[in-house]
Amino acid sequence: MHDGNLIAGNGAAPDSSRPDSAREARVTAICQRHGNQPGALIEILHDLQSDLGFVPETTLPMIAHALNLSRAEVYGVFTFYHDFRKAPAGRHVLKFCMAEACQAMGADKLAAAVAKSLGVEIGATSKDGSVTLEAVYCLGNCALAPAAMLDGRLIGRADERSLLAMARA
Amino acid sequence: MANTVDIYVPGDAAALSVGADEVAAAIASEAKARGADVRVIRNGSRGMFWLEPLVEVATAKGRVGYGQVRARDVGPMFDAWLAGKSHPLLVGPVEDLPFLKTQERLTFARCGVNDPFDLAAYEASGGLAGLRKAAAMQPSAIVAEVLEAGLRGRGGAGFPAAIKWKTVAELPAGQKYICCNADEGDSGTFADRMLMEGDPSVLIEGMAIAALATGASEGYVYIRSEYPHAIAAMQKAIGIWEAAGLIGANVAGTGKPFRLIVRRGAGAYICGEESSMLESLEGKRGVVRAKPPIPAIAGLNGKPTVVNNVLTLASVPIIIDKGAAFYKNFGMGKSRGTQAFQLAGNIRQGGLVERAFGVTLRELIETYGGGTATGKPVRAVQVGGPLGSYMPPSQFDLPMDYEAFAAAGAMVGHGGIVVFDDSVDMAQQARWAFDFCAIESCGKCTPCRIGAVRGRETVDKIIAGKDVAANLALVADLCETMTDGSLCAMGGLTPMPVQSAIKFWPDDFRGQTPWRMGSDPVGAQQ
Repeated sequence: MHDGNLIAGNGAAPDSSRPDSAREARVTAICQRHGNQPGALIEILHDLQSDLGFVPETTLPMIAHALNLSRAEVYGVFTFYHDFRKAPAGRHVLKFCMAEACQAMGADKLAAAVAKSLGVEIGATSKDGSVTLEAVYCLGNCALAPAAMLDGRLIGRADERSLLAMARA
Repeated sequence: MANTVDIYVPGDAAALSVGADEVAAAIASEAKARGADVRVIRNGSRGMFWLEPLVEVATAKGRVGYGQVRARDVGPMFDAWLAGKSHPLLVGPVEDLPFLKTQERLTFARCGVNDPFDLAAYEASGGLAGLRKAAAMQPSAIVAEVLEAGLRGRGGAGFPAAIKWKTVAELPAGQKYICCNADEGDSGTFADRMLMEGDPSVLIEGMAIAALATGASEGYVYIRSEYPHAIAAMQKAIGIWEAAGLIGANVAGTGKPFRLIVRRGAGAYICGEESSMLESLEGKRGVVRAKPPIPAIAGLNGKPTVVNNVLTLASVPIIIDKGAAFYKNFGMGKSRGTQAFQLAGNIRQGGLVERAFGVTLRELIETYGGGTATGKPVRAVQVGGPLGSYMPPSQFDLPMDYEAFAAAGAMVGHGGIVVFDDSVDMAQQARWAFDFCAIESCGKCTPCRIGAVRGRETVDKIIAGKDVAANLALVADLCETMTDGSLCAMGGLTPMPVQSAIKFWPDDFRGQTPWRMGSDPVGAQQ
C-alpha cells in the first residue's frame, strides 16, 4: 500500500515505510477521541478524511474493530454519504451548487463552462491532480446565486472568470 | 475621533461569500493607518443579502448602512466620513430600510444586530428572559404555553410542536432527548443557517426550554456538512453557554442537567427527514424508519425524543417570555406566529423576510424581492423546497398559510421561495425533480428508489417528443404510486413539482417545441 503518497492538499505528512501501522495508530486515536462510540461513526469518518484527504478502504476494518461494529456496517455508512471519498481529491476542490435556486441563475451553464475550460468532468479530478469538481445540492447561499465552494470557502454570485482563476491558483 | 466608533461587518457565510472578511480587514487597517478609534464588530446578517457585505456604522442617530462594500471602497469611505460627506454606497439608517422596517422580527429579532458570541449583548436585548421564566415554571405549564401559542413545526410539515413535547413529557422519567433538525437541505432556504450563525443563543435557549419541559437531559443539533460556518458558530456558542453555567450540569439554576452536542451530517439530503436524521445521529446509514413508533415514543437510541426544526425551537424563547397570547396574535387561521420566508434564485433583492403568516406570495416576491434579478418577467416560483410545487403568477395572491397552500395543491414548507424568470423550461425542472429524488433517495422503499429513475427516463422521452401523450399518462400514474406508496416525503412529495409543472405549463411538455429547438421563447409559451 503506497497510497499514502497520493495524499494531496491537506498538509498531512505522507506515511512512512509502514503506512498501515501508522494509519492504524491514527484511526485508533480518532476513534478514542470519540469514546469509541458507534454513534460517532460519521464524525470519525469526517475526522479521518480531514486528516488523510480521503478514507482509505483499509481503515474501515480498523474503525469496525474499534467501535465493535461489523465491517459491513462501517462500509455501509461510508458508502451511503456523499461526503466521503474513496480516493484523494485534487489540490483544489471546487463544488458547484446545482440545486434549484442556483439553476434559476444559470448554475448548469456556469458549471459546464468551468468544467470545459478546466478539461475536467463534474465529479472527477483532473489528470494532473490540480482540481476536483463536484456538484452539491445547496450551500445555503440561495439569495446570492449561483453559489460555489472552493476548498471550504463559500463563493456568492459566482462567475466563470473568477472561479477559473481560483481553481488555477 | 474622540469616542470609539463601532463598525459592524457581518460574519455570516453569505456575507463572507462576497468578501466581508476582506472588508473587515480593510476597515481595521485603514483605521489603524489613520489613527481612527474604530472597533470592528462581526455581527450576523440582517438577511438583506443583496446588500452584502452590508457595513453598518453606529452613530448617534442609529446604525447607518453601506451596501455592497468592497475592500477597495473602504479608503474612500473613510475620506467621506472624515470630511463629513456622504458616500455613494450609503443606504441610510438600516432599520428604516423598507425591506427591514416592515418585517415582524420575533425569532430573528437579534439576528444581524449583535455579535452572536456576546452573551451580555444577548441578555441586554431580551435574551435569556424565556429560559429564566421557564426555569420557574412547572414542565406541564411550559408545554401548555407552547401549545396555546399554536406553534407548528417550521421544518415543513407544520405539526404542532407542543404535541410532540407533551408525548415525551408524559412518558416515565429516564433518558430523553431533544434533537434539533438543522439539516436544512432544501434549495432556496437559508434561514436556519442565518440564525445559527447570527444568533445561535436563541436556538440553545429554545432547546434548553424544551429540555426543561420534557425532562430531557441530552440534546443534539444535527447540522449539514455544507454549513461549516454554522457548525463552528453553534460549537462556539455552546461552549460559551457551558462556561456561563447556563447549560451542562445545571440548566439556569434548576439543578437539571442538559448537555448539548453538535453533530455533522455528511451530504445526504434525506437526513432532513426526521427518522433518517435519527439513524444518522446513531452513526448509521440515513435510511428512513417506518412509523409507528413515532420518535416521541421511540426516537434516538430507542428513547423518547423531541425532533424539531431550528426555527421551531428558536421561536420558543419569545413565546415563553412574552406569552402565548402575544405570539398567536400574529398569523392567520391555524398558522400562528411568524415564518421566515426566504427569497432566492432569480430575485433582485434576495434575503430573509420574517412576517406573520398571511402575507401573500406577491407581496414577498414583488414588494420585498423587487422582481427578478435579470429584469425579465417571473414565470414560476417554487415554494417549499425541491419537493414543493411550482406556482404560476396566477397563484401569487394566495396567503402564506399552511391550509391555504395545501388547498391549492402546494405547500409552505420551510418557507423557501425560488424565483425563475421566463427562460425556465418547466419540463427540465420536472426532470430535475425526479433526478434529485434518484440521487438522494435512501433506497428503502420501491416507489421512491425505482420510481424516481423511471420518472426521469419518462420525462426524457417526453422532452425528446417520443409518444408524448402516452408518456404523460405514465408519469401521472407513476406520480400516484409514489404519492401513495412512499414511506416518507422524499418519494411522496417528488410528484408535487412534477405534476404542478405539467398542470400549469403544459406547453413545455409537448415534446420538441419550437422554443426548445432554440427559437423565440415567448411565442412558444403563450
